[in-house]
Formats: sequence, structure tokens, C-alpha cells
Amino acid sequence: MASDTLVIIPAYNEERNISDLIHSIKQLYPSIDIAVIDDGSSDATARLAQGAGAWVLSHRFNMGYGVSLQTGYKYAVAKDYQCLVQIDGDGQHDPADIGALLAVVKDNGTDLVLGSRFLQQNDYRTSIFRLIGIHVFRVILKLLSGQEIKDVTTGFQAMNRKVLDVFVSDVFPYDYPDADVILLLSGLGYRIKEVPVLMHPNEEGKSMHRNPLNALYYIFKMILSMFLTKMRKY
Amino acid sequence: MPLRQQIVAVAIAISIFIIILELVRKRKLREEYSWLWLLTGTCLIVLTVWYELLLRITHLIGAVLPTSALFFFAIIFLMLVCIQFSIKISKLTDHVKDLTQEVAILKAANPSAGNSGPSDKG
Repeated sequence: MASDTLVIIPAYNEERNISDLIHSIKQLYPSIDIAVIDDGSSDATARLAQGAGAWVLSHRFNMGYGVSLQTGYKYAVAKDYQCLVQIDGDGQHDPADIGALLAVVKDNGTDLVLGSRFLQQNDYRTSIFRLIGIHVFRVILKLLSGQEIKDVTTGFQAMNRKVLDVFVSDVFPYDYPDADVILLLSGLGYRIKEVPVLMHPNEEGKSMHRNPLNALYYIFKMILSMFLTKMRKY
Repeated sequence: MPLRQQIVAVAIAISIFIIILELVRKRKLREEYSWLWLLTGTCLIVLTVWYELLLRITHLIGAVLPTSALFFFAIIFLMLVCIQFSIKISKLTDHVKDLTQEVAILKAANPSAGNSGPSDKG
């Protein structure tokens, strides 16, 4: 292990984007290690990621986004990395922003840095339902923790080892880790900050929340999870 | 309770008992899941044979008919079974997740178990 920082990319059937993403990260940050968590893809994601120079952790079955993230966290802890950046494999996040996120984690004493889509003007467009959902979570988060976060559902994050140690434990909500994770860390006294990032439109329009039933379940589950997180003792 | 009803109820309860015991004996059902079914079978036999008890329970829960009391307890039993299954499924989901993650990490650490490291092309 040459670097103390690991970039993890959870990926499911991302053969169209994965190589370019890895090459971009390697070009911008040659010393940072990259691990792709292939979540049971049926296409060439794993082979292409390996070919592009990333470590590949393959799930035997499709376990979901949250489980993939936690596999990456566990790998980082096992390999003793001190910082971790997570970036989505669909090409929506701009690898050029990794440096800005890492700078805050490394220099500013912040434990978790969130790449926010709403702090600056960008091309990001999403459905009205998702925007309403984000707003509801934002209000609940503010109500339960006093923490004012604009983008509570961002998947572009950087964290230090202290946060990783929490995320590898059983308290990590691996089905949909979003605003409830922020609430959890906030309750534990961790410092959280937002940094503006660019968000490109998803060309394929692929999202786990596209199915209306999934979206409805997601909103219900997240609100429940946030209140339960507040009620639990850690 | 008419004798015919008693015979039918006892026959059903004994059948449940035999089926559950046979499934456990053949290792198709684990002991930990059998106790709730066996308990139900026992309750059914007791209430059939001791009809007075069923009448008292009916009165106690405020039901009008003994059959309503039986249905009420049948629903409670099914709910308990469902909760027991949900708890077990949650635990199994956690275990599958942990095992999947461990396998992925071990394979990444041990190339002979299936290569996962970066190739030279990168």
C-alpha cells in the first residue's frame, strides 16, 4: 500500500463508464489507490476495472449499493487506509472534485465531507419527487440534529479513519445509507461539512429510485430509519 | 362441543404433531422452528378435550362464540410465527451480507482464490 487514501467505486453493470472513470482518477491522482466493488455485475465491469488498474472486490450476488459501500469500507480498514473517498460508478460525479473533498478531510479536521450538488450551479437535473424527498430529509435532519445539510443524499463523500471505524460496524444502515448516516455521525459528535461539487447528468437515466414503488419505499424507509437512529443509543 | 367436532379437532391436532415431529426427525425442520407449531397442536388438543376452558377463555376475552376465540388465537399464533420468521430472515440477511463481503475481501487479498488485483495494463 503506497497511499494512505483509497477511492472506492461501487459499480453494478457499469462497463460503459468504469474504465474512463478509473483512468480519469489515475490521471488526476496517480498516487491514490482505487478499489471497484463489483456488485454481482453480469457485464464486463470487473474485467474492465481490473484492466484499468483498480483493485476489484466482487460480490457473488447483487447485494445493493449500501452493502457495496460497506465492502469498500471494510477493505479500507483491513488494508489500514486512513482516508477514503466514495464516488459513484455511473460517471455523474466529477473525479476532479476528489481533491477538494480530500483537502477538507485531511487539513480541516472534518470527519465526513459531503460533495453537494446544491451549493453551486450545475447541470444536475432530477425528478420533482426526488427533490421533494431530499427536502423532507433535509428538514427532518435539521429537526433531529440541528445540522443544516443541503445535499443529504449525495453519494460523493470523503471520510477519515474514525468514520470508517463506525461504518464497518453493525450500526451502518446498509440498505439505503443516506441522511440516516449523517444523523448517526452527527449524534456521535463527528464533524460534517459540505463542499460544492459538479454533478453531470446521468446519460442512461439509470437510478435505483426510478421505479415509483422503490422510490416510495425508499422515502418511507429513510424517514423511519432517521427517527430510529435518533431513538437508539450508540 | 359435539363429539364429531371433538374428534375432527383432535385428529387435526395429532396430525400436525406427527407431521412436525416427522419433519424434525428427517432434519427438514429445525427444532428451533418446531416448538411454536407443537405448542399450537398441544393447545388445540387441550381446548378440544377441555371444552370448559375454551368457554372460560371466550368469556375472558369478551368473545361471544368459542369459535371466535379460537380464530382470535389462531391469528395471534400466525402473527407470532411471522414475527419469528422476520427476525430470522433479518439475521440471515446480515449473515449473507457479512459472508459476501468477507469473500470479496479475501479474494482481493489472495490472488490464487480468484484474481482481483490491478492488471499491468492500468
